[in-house]
Amino acid sequence: MTDYLHLQGIEKNFGAFRALHDIHLTIARGEFVCFLGPSGCGKTTLLRIIAGLESQSAGTIRQADRDISRLPPAERDYGIVFQSYALFPNLSIFDNVAYGLVNRKTPRAQVASRVDELLKLVGLPGSGAKFPAQLSGGQQQRIALARALATSPGLLLLDEPLSALDALERVRLRQEIRSLQRKLGVTTIMVTHDQEEALSMADRIVVMNQGAIEQVGTPMEVYRDPTTPFVADFVGKINVLDGRLHPGGSLHIGASRFACGQQTAAERDVKIYLRPEDVLARPIAPGDSNVFNGAIDKIEFLGSYCLVRVTSPEIGQQPVTVYLSLNYLAEQNLEVGSRLPLRLLPERMRFF
Amino acid sequence: MSAVLPLSKAPSLVQRAHWTDRIAHAVLLAVTVALFVFLALPLFLILIKALQAPDGSFIGLANFTSYLASPSLLQSLWHSVWVSLLVTVVTVPLAFVFAYALTRSCMPFKGLFRTITLVPLLAPSLLSAISLIYWFGNQGAARGTLQAFGFDNIYGAPGVVIAECFAVFPHALMILITALSLADARLYEAAAALGTSTRRRFFTITLPGAKYGLISAALVSFTLVMTDFGIPKVIGGNFNMLATDVFKLVIGQQDFQRGAVVGLLLLTPAVVTFAVDWFIQRKQTAMLGARAVPLRPKRSPRFDAAMTIYCVVIAALMLAMIGMAVFASFASFWPYNLTPSLKHYTMGLVDAEVGDAFVNSLKLAAGTALFGTAIVFVGAYMLEKTRGATALRPIVRLLAMLPMAVPGLVLGLGYIFFFNLPDNPLNGLYHTLTLLVLCTVVHFYTTGHLTAVTALKALDAEFEAVSASLKVPFYKTFWRVTLPICTPALVDIARYFFINAMTTISAVVFLYSPDTKLASIAILNLDEAGDTGPAAACAVLIAAASTVATLLFMGFGRWIERRTQAWRQPAGQ
Repeated sequence: MTDYLHLQGIEKNFGAFRALHDIHLTIARGEFVCFLGPSGCGKTTLLRIIAGLESQSAGTIRQADRDISRLPPAERDYGIVFQSYALFPNLSIFDNVAYGLVNRKTPRAQVASRVDELLKLVGLPGSGAKFPAQLSGGQQQRIALARALATSPGLLLLDEPLSALDALERVRLRQEIRSLQRKLGVTTIMVTHDQEEALSMADRIVVMNQGAIEQVGTPMEVYRDPTTPFVADFVGKINVLDGRLHPGGSLHIGASRFACGQQTAAERDVKIYLRPEDVLARPIAPGDSNVFNGAIDKIEFLGSYCLVRVTSPEIGQQPVTVYLSLNYLAEQNLEVGSRLPLRLLPERMRFF
Repeated sequence: MSAVLPLSKAPSLVQRAHWTDRIAHAVLLAVTVALFVFLALPLFLILIKALQAPDGSFIGLANFTSYLASPSLLQSLWHSVWVSLLVTVVTVPLAFVFAYALTRSCMPFKGLFRTITLVPLLAPSLLSAISLIYWFGNQGAARGTLQAFGFDNIYGAPGVVIAECFAVFPHALMILITALSLADARLYEAAAALGTSTRRRFFTITLPGAKYGLISAALVSFTLVMTDFGIPKVIGGNFNMLATDVFKLVIGQQDFQRGAVVGLLLLTPAVVTFAVDWFIQRKQTAMLGARAVPLRPKRSPRFDAAMTIYCVVIAALMLAMIGMAVFASFASFWPYNLTPSLKHYTMGLVDAEVGDAFVNSLKLAAGTALFGTAIVFVGAYMLEKTRGATALRPIVRLLAMLPMAVPGLVLGLGYIFFFNLPDNPLNGLYHTLTLLVLCTVVHFYTTGHLTAVTALKALDAEFEAVSASLKVPFYKTFWRVTLPICTPALVDIARYFFINAMTTISAVVFLYSPDTKLASIAILNLDEAGDTGPAAACAVLIAAASTVATLLFMGFGRWIERRTQAWRQPAGQ
């Protein structure tokens, strides 16, 4: 894959407030990248800078080997979809989608066939005569997508496109956008604060915090190998335990000793990050290592499985959360106060 | 890692402006220059004149000290202040109860009551003064009643106070209706659940909630009376006030310097009002959250009946006031022959001057509505929806709000000083209808501007961003999207300009020439000449024209709405 978009040393200050700091990022042609982070982390500002709707305080942007750092939005090459849809309410769906085509002096018949094609592409053929207010939120967002794609831009920018939709529609549109993007091969950047959305859609995720990039990686990398405590905490659920690492791959948590893959020259205190699915309740055979016994402290029912919090004097009463299926809980007659053994997977532990 | 760092001195990277951005900047600059020339400079010249001797040499505050040494002018100042205070103290509580009845009771005919009390806005304010003369003047229909109260004459302070109360009432009422409509039902429900008495609820929820509205209404009333010119001119007799003084000083005695001093005195309360109001508005918006539940009044027979009676009395007084002018304008020869005739109308209209004046007024109103709406809306659009030129925007914002703080009389004064300057290249505009239109547009700019800004802010902020990404220049989006969506607001702005241009006296009284005399000013001249009947007829004609215009604008608004707002209908309707 060839590189398409380069961000180099992007800075953005609002007065004394540093909104973005030292952003370096390269995005390949055809890639689907998500900017993920909590609100106020600068992800939307970065998107708007790429669009030219804001200008960066410093740094350069190259798109398709063209320096666009100082170009106004109208001279850049992108289509954009906003959370609010921003459809023109007084224009029909047809006119909305055709909005960017008409201006390019495209022949009328060609415009009409292109609009038809786009409406089909987003799954709303024949809705051209309607007005935006007559469509549901999800349908309006599909139209906004069609409008953004109408002029075949090289880059598609999506600013929290799904956050105004209800949960079901959001999940449905997620996959539609993803498959549409694959089909068209258009390089896409999506801003979102929803980690599940980012994990399910992106080729690569850019995790941002306080105006800086924390980690860039595939969904699996970001989830399995978070490089900072922030990423570990923000993406997915995670247990954080206090422990002490000894030379020779030995880890002390509370009064217990566990084996781990982490080497250290000298003894030191660590924070251990471990996903709930990396703490196992089964299978545990007698004699297995890295096992401790605990008591159930709280059960949060989430449908087919439950989030179960376990405390154990063996690890200093630090709570550990695990996923247990509803069936397993019933089978084993587990309830608050029940005791059960748990096994930690050493290879999945992250230390900070 | 802290997100705060010391301000870096490195020059920020600047985006290149697109040629369409440059067009926007040019238009914004044009609006700024226009507001500067037709608002800021004339006002600045008042200040200059106040500090100059008649020969133009700088004399510091000498004009002020000589003013303060003149007992007759000081007396006018005192008159203006106490009359304004008295009218405020009388009108605001009356309007508050009326607004309370309209918003918090279940009395019948609310729409009718509201319409009746707002009708005075369609006529020049001095209509109430003319009516008062017919009721209580030397040949008045109810002169005896006046004497029973111990006044022997309506001319002077009593007439001014009563007429101003009527003229100011609708203005105070509109503010108070708005203030009382902003009620959160949840507060009342919570209070009721806690067993709070009705009286306590009024003093702990209603009154504090309407506090800012009350302050605003009081300030507006005070300023309106202080700066009103028509009423004291018609019914003031020998009772001098600041507003009439300015006119006498400038037009009568050509004493521009002292006129400027009085002008600055008139500007003071208005500027204070403006500042306080602005401060209050910022607090007011924070009061009512998005989750507030609108209050729906509950039936209460005794309370509703009391409110109905109150409103009937007020509305009857209003109708008596409006009705008398209408009745008298049709009376053949007041008070001896009351048979209806069109004598005053034909006399006025046949007398070519009044007929021409009326045509001039219509021209002024139409011109103001057309150009005012265009300038205000384009200005507001450039301000709110375009990018770049960041240094210019706060200036435009300030200039657009400034007219609210400038009484018409002061603006007119500034126009004389500025456009009458022999060296001014715009001198040619002096006495023309063009200048009258420009002055009226500036005079009423702020309300139109705020209406336009509100309408524009209701639009999705990303329309312009989407257009730019689709390479569609902003003016196409303005034409295809913004303008069609905002047509209802445009019609509102045009109507506001039209009505005010029809009825205004204060600013234009300094600026007309025999060729550009206006109907509202013809009233003053007729009254001065003792032709009270034709004066009443002329005032009624203006009110009628304003009413017809309002109805036409409303009809046009409906038609436009049907034509352009079809998209607001959800599916299947």
